[in-house]
Amino acid sequence: MIEKTGRPTERELKKVTPSDERLCSGGCAILECFQKIPCDPCVEACPRGAIRIEGNINNLPVLDSRKCNGCGLCVSKCPGIAIFVVNKNYSEEEGLVMIPYEFLPLPQKGEIVEGLDRTGQKICDARVVKVLNRRAQDRTAIISLAVPKRCVMEVRNIRLTSH
Amino acid sequence: MSVRTEVAVIGGGPAGLSAAWVASSLGAKVLLIDENPSLGGQLIKQTHMFFGSKIHYCGVRGIDIARILEDLARDSGVQIIVDSTVIGLYDTMTLGVLKEEEFVEVEAKKVIVAAGATEKMLAFPNNDLPGVYGAGAVQTLMNVYGVRPGRRVLMVGSGNIGLIVSYQLLQAGVEVAAVLEAVPSIGGYWVHAAKIKRCGVEILVSHSIKEAIGEECVQGAVIVKLDENWTYIPGTERQIDCDTICIAVGLSPLSEVLHQSGCELTHLPELGGWVAVHDSNMETTREGIYVAGDASGIEEACTAMLEGRIAGSHAALSLHPSRKEKANRIAEEARLELAAFRAGPFGEMAITGKRKMSEYVQ
Repeated sequence: MIEKTGRPTERELKKVTPSDERLCSGGCAILECFQKIPCDPCVEACPRGAIRIEGNINNLPVLDSRKCNGCGLCVSKCPGIAIFVVNKNYSEEEGLVMIPYEFLPLPQKGEIVEGLDRTGQKICDARVVKVLNRRAQDRTAIISLAVPKRCVMEVRNIRLTSH
Repeated sequence: MSVRTEVAVIGGGPAGLSAAWVASSLGAKVLLIDENPSLGGQLIKQTHMFFGSKIHYCGVRGIDIARILEDLARDSGVQIIVDSTVIGLYDTMTLGVLKEEEFVEVEAKKVIVAAGATEKMLAFPNNDLPGVYGAGAVQTLMNVYGVRPGRRVLMVGSGNIGLIVSYQLLQAGVEVAAVLEAVPSIGGYWVHAAKIKRCGVEILVSHSIKEAIGEECVQGAVIVKLDENWTYIPGTERQIDCDTICIAVGLSPLSEVLHQSGCELTHLPELGGWVAVHDSNMETTREGIYVAGDASGIEEACTAMLEGRIAGSHAALSLHPSRKEKANRIAEEARLELAAFRAGPFGEMAITGKRKMSEYVQ
């Protein structure tokens, strides 16, 4: 249904989601890439060789979640802004989501922002744990968010409450 | 005034810059002419990271690719004149160029036309109201001149341009009321659609604009649902509050100068409309005149760069046969990359169009 609304269905998401066990044992990338397009920067972005595209450049990338350590290097390299990192066990109550973010102003570390789902609806408050905006990221910042565990698979964007 | 060169390139976008750079690096004397004050064509408005592979500068933003290509062209010795419009290409391979108020004659042995494309317009009542823009104009205002085109925009068209410009509008702090798409599914890359969807923008497939509302300028729009035959479904009209309507319903190749110079044209909807007939070296039916990029069929900046390399290497090859090996290698590499790039579903249109073209040539 993503082809009609822009939002992937649960079934589509399931295909690209690493196992619960993996996501509970530390940060791991999720490649929300569902369509054959000519694109492969994610493959080169990963220093651990965890992302592969077999054969033609149009094929979908495949993540080896055992090799992925959730470093997030691929997050700012995806031209589709479609890679996220999720850790379901950040703390007792919270999970961690790393999102690519290309809006100004950037949030500040410690700031509480609105956690938005894949349709832009607010579903929770999110605490900004880290803001990474190094030169190598070329203006695609990576925001690490602590969110309630139940929202960790849904939060994919933020809105700054001060705006 | 009169100028002599070996290869004249019309247009300094991704195709023209690539063609000029390659021809020059193969030993040809190259003059590149562009009507804009700065080089890069549409690249100078593309703030997003590009797709493709390393050879197409994937992961680099379009604005930065423009700079890379301009540096390559300048460093290889390409002569460049900007703010100059080619107004004619005559029998003797002479170009008429208007440089500010001055008429300049450029005599060339080969001409590569990389003039790009023009936007398609949509017919609806009040489409001449101030506030109705083409997506290219919206991008120029925002990304070249730093001017917001409006407060709340209705985007018509969900191809990559419609989706990307919607995202850029959001980045500039402009609201996007909705994105309309006449076809039952999103036209551009789903990743671009997902980006604006998670910002809360509604994408309405099987929808079109029925009319713009306003007296002096756009004050809103009436949108309507379409059935499978693309006709309005009565009773589904809905009024949208907006002060800007952005039309992103596709592009047509800019073929005027090719037509005027006597190159044969053919109409191929897959390539965007009337396009100069060309062979696999990008040479048209007039020997020594080449076409590359969107002017040879609407595609992508990546394919434009590759086609430019092919045209540039072939044009240089006939002038400087001593570099034959290098020229053939560049063209062969570009052909392989083109084939790989077009191998997915988004390449189908181009492949069909180019196949019909080659059948036509035969």
